[in-house]
Amino acid sequence: MKLSKILKNGFLIVVACLALSACATSKKSTGQMQGDVYTGTDTVEYLASGVPDRVFFATNESVLTTASRETLRKQAAWLRKNSKITIVLEGHADERGTREYNLALGERRANAAKDYLMTYGISSDRISVLSYGKERPVDSGSNPLAWSKNRRSVTVKAN
Amino acid sequence: MKNFLITLIIILIPVRSFGLIEVDITRGNLNPLPIAVSPLSIDEESRKNFQNILKKKNIGSEISSIVENNLKVSGLFNPLNKDAFLQEPDIANLKPRFEDWNLIKAQALITGKVSYVEEKLRVEFRLWDVLAGKEMMALAFTTVPNNWRRVGHIITDKVYERLTGEKGYFDTRIIYVAEEGPKTQRVKKLAIMDQDGANNKFLTLGNELVLTPRFNPTSQMVTYLSYFRNLPRVYLLDIETGTQEVVGDFPGMTFAPRFSPDGKKIIMSFAKDGNSEIYTMDLENRIVEKITNHPSIDTSPSYSPDGKFISFNSDRSGYQQIYVMKSDGSNVKRISFGKGIYGTPVWSPRGDLIAFTKLHKGKFYIGVMRTDGSGERLLTENFYQEAPSWSPNGRVLIFYRETKTDSKGKGFSAKLWSIDLTGYNERQVPTPTDGSDPSWSSLLSN
Repeated sequence: MKLSKILKNGFLIVVACLALSACATSKKSTGQMQGDVYTGTDTVEYLASGVPDRVFFATNESVLTTASRETLRKQAAWLRKNSKITIVLEGHADERGTREYNLALGERRANAAKDYLMTYGISSDRISVLSYGKERPVDSGSNPLAWSKNRRSVTVKAN
Repeated sequence: MKNFLITLIIILIPVRSFGLIEVDITRGNLNPLPIAVSPLSIDEESRKNFQNILKKKNIGSEISSIVENNLKVSGLFNPLNKDAFLQEPDIANLKPRFEDWNLIKAQALITGKVSYVEEKLRVEFRLWDVLAGKEMMALAFTTVPNNWRRVGHIITDKVYERLTGEKGYFDTRIIYVAEEGPKTQRVKKLAIMDQDGANNKFLTLGNELVLTPRFNPTSQMVTYLSYFRNLPRVYLLDIETGTQEVVGDFPGMTFAPRFSPDGKKIIMSFAKDGNSEIYTMDLENRIVEKITNHPSIDTSPSYSPDGKFISFNSDRSGYQQIYVMKSDGSNVKRISFGKGIYGTPVWSPRGDLIAFTKLHKGKFYIGVMRTDGSGERLLTENFYQEAPSWSPNGRVLIFYRETKTDSKGKGFSAKLWSIDLTGYNERQVPTPTDGSDPSWSSLLSN
């Protein structure tokens, strides 16, 4: 009985440690990155004044961050105002993955952006998706900051 | 490729007797077999004829150098320095003085003769066991002069087979992606070359991005991914005629193509709405079948050599891992359980192993495991490397490796490398430009 209690407590301690360390890494901010998601503006271009063209992702992830959703809402508002414009969402991955998986991951990231734009009223007819996998990095560096800039979905005017 | 027909004319009796030299290819060979490759002898008239046709001063020596280089690169043989050879090539081919060859520590000896016969190149060669003082093999064949490099490769294949007991892999080609330009705007072309890097040819111009070419194991067809008109699709290319076509009519990106072992189907991924599934298309009746059905990324499919199973990678467990299923998509089983992420499974042509790429703690590995996932063995570790492809005899893997870019954006390169299944004999495969995504052909002859 005692043993099981000790084990249980031990387990709880381990879980607590994991949670803490997870917090420690995910909240770590280097100025241009939060966790490993890029938060800087070096590579960002603008579709219109105040409308950034791209969103960034964590390693291996296609989940939209709070900042990404904010960017996409701005894009959606701009697209609603300019109803003739069609777009291509170009999905990209960093160089730290196998080529074929990265093609699929780029497609998944661009679709995450597409789905979000659609929930803000942008018709799927106006959106096409193109994955480049890891073929078109914006930053050629081999370091975590460069990789964070490359994990992105970029909204490009198609017409 | 019409010139590639080679007629075997005479086969002198291959002596199969006990106790002759053998090379064990199942272990890393730290003591490569000392072998003397005597230059193929040539009569003066034939020499002049070939000099006119091929612009090579002595085609006999040229062919011998190809054999010598192949043997050396295999890691199993140590070709001896020709300066030490005591016997003239023409006499050695008739009857070697074994004591002379023994003196320079040769254990095996290759001799031969080239001649010009009715506008063709006729070659004969013999393999000798120096210690036993016996002929092990003798072969002769005739081909068009332009095939002279292939003659060297075929001789190597025969010698390799006689001494190791397994088929060679020298009369083969590599298709790969030739790369140039800055990392952010890489220009990529399909390229093909002989296994030793000779006869490099570009098959596309570099106007559109091309990726992952793979040979049909039964013909001179290639399947690959092209971004033609910015629509990433799987294409089929006939190397002989240059004709290409899109594979299937998919409303989105198709990628990661490979042929089935009988060459009649293409297996690939199709990505739609953020989900990649594996499909096959029959090249004869164009019937498309969906093989996987899961809301995760399923890609990099590769058939077992009997066509009954498919290995692929999927992130259905949260991260990229290797799975095996029956070729109809049933019985999906995860087989990779080691630490790290696993991708690009490729079934060995021998059927017993799956080669893969692994990422663990920031390092990339090329490794092999049995088809049930047991016996994982990592062959090589580096900053970045992936996409192994098997030699047709399942003894060597070719893959590509990229180097780190420094803080100034310099230092990036992509090169082809090969390594033996034993984990020994790692070598860079020479290419005129940077290269990636290599695929090894089947043996061109026999």
